[in-house]
Amino acid sequence: MKTVKVSLGVMAMAFAVISTSCKNNEKNSNTTIEDAATERAVPMEENRMESSNAAQTDASLTTYLELKNALVNDDQEAAAKAGEKMVGQLKTFKTENYEQDDQQELQDIIEDATEHAEHIAESPIGHQREHFDILSKDMIDLIDIVGTSQKLYQAYCPMYNNNKGAQWLSVTKEIKNPYYGSKMMDCGEVQREIN
Amino acid sequence: MKAIKIIALVFLVVLVGIQFVPTNRNQSEVVPKSDFMLVNNVPKDVQDKLKVSCYDCHSNNTAYPWYNKIQPAAWFLEDHIKEGKDELNFNEWGEYSDRRKNSKLRSIISQIEDDEMPLDSYTFIHGDAKLSKEEKTEMIQYMTQLKNSL
Repeated sequence: MKTVKVSLGVMAMAFAVISTSCKNNEKNSNTTIEDAATERAVPMEENRMESSNAAQTDASLTTYLELKNALVNDDQEAAAKAGEKMVGQLKTFKTENYEQDDQQELQDIIEDATEHAEHIAESPIGHQREHFDILSKDMIDLIDIVGTSQKLYQAYCPMYNNNKGAQWLSVTKEIKNPYYGSKMMDCGEVQREIN
Repeated sequence: MKAIKIIALVFLVVLVGIQFVPTNRNQSEVVPKSDFMLVNNVPKDVQDKLKVSCYDCHSNNTAYPWYNKIQPAAWFLEDHIKEGKDELNFNEWGEYSDRRKNSKLRSIISQIEDDEMPLDSYTFIHGDAKLSKEEKTEMIQYMTQLKNSL
């Protein structure tokens, strides 16, 4: 009787190992989508105009700014959450209302930005910052085409990425560096004002 | 003693059983026009290194090791390859927008710089996939130059 139990246990373990190793990934991606969907359902505080073009940028811009603040605070977890939320928002971005040339450019931007947001959702903070660098470039280009109702400052840190420099967007003039956080909070300068 | 025999037998049955679970093989005879090597003018050294160190998981054609046909090793490989291709597929390089090429190159460079790619679990088995210091420099230099030319 004991031997039967033992061998059953071994079999169960073998199967458990095999099935978890295969299914892990699928499960993860499913929850990500669901979570993003629930996040989207939560109404935003700003006065929204669902149909207007600027409104859809403002949604992802708000999340981008949340992400930026999380990185300023060296908060990997909050940054990951914001990244995940942004993936959902970018996916619903509609490009039909724009001119042909802009449409292609917008699709490229969204596709690229989505990928960076996905990585931010599941990376350690060093990687999050690397992706935030390129995501910031995407957001700046996006806003150049689509516009926004928000007053923004485009800031620049010359040291990040081996002195290649990196930009970011902020609603305040005061420099709070998302690339270095508490290590070098005031590194950077405002490059231009938007609106 | 009897218990050990039974356990061994059960293991054997499970091991044989899982061999019948089918896997998708990542193999293709055709190199599409959009391939990284065809779109860009890649120096021979870099080409060879890319093929050996990157293309197994980042293209539509894997040079499979012998144990690929044996489960559960095959599942691990399949998973790795799927993930690798989702992230970056050198065969589809020409189809990426310039913006994405730029992003991909940025990641390629930083992953090589930080010794994150090729994966340790991969170079553990494929000793030849390891990048020496000189090879790293050469690869990074080429990728940086390509990125700047976009």
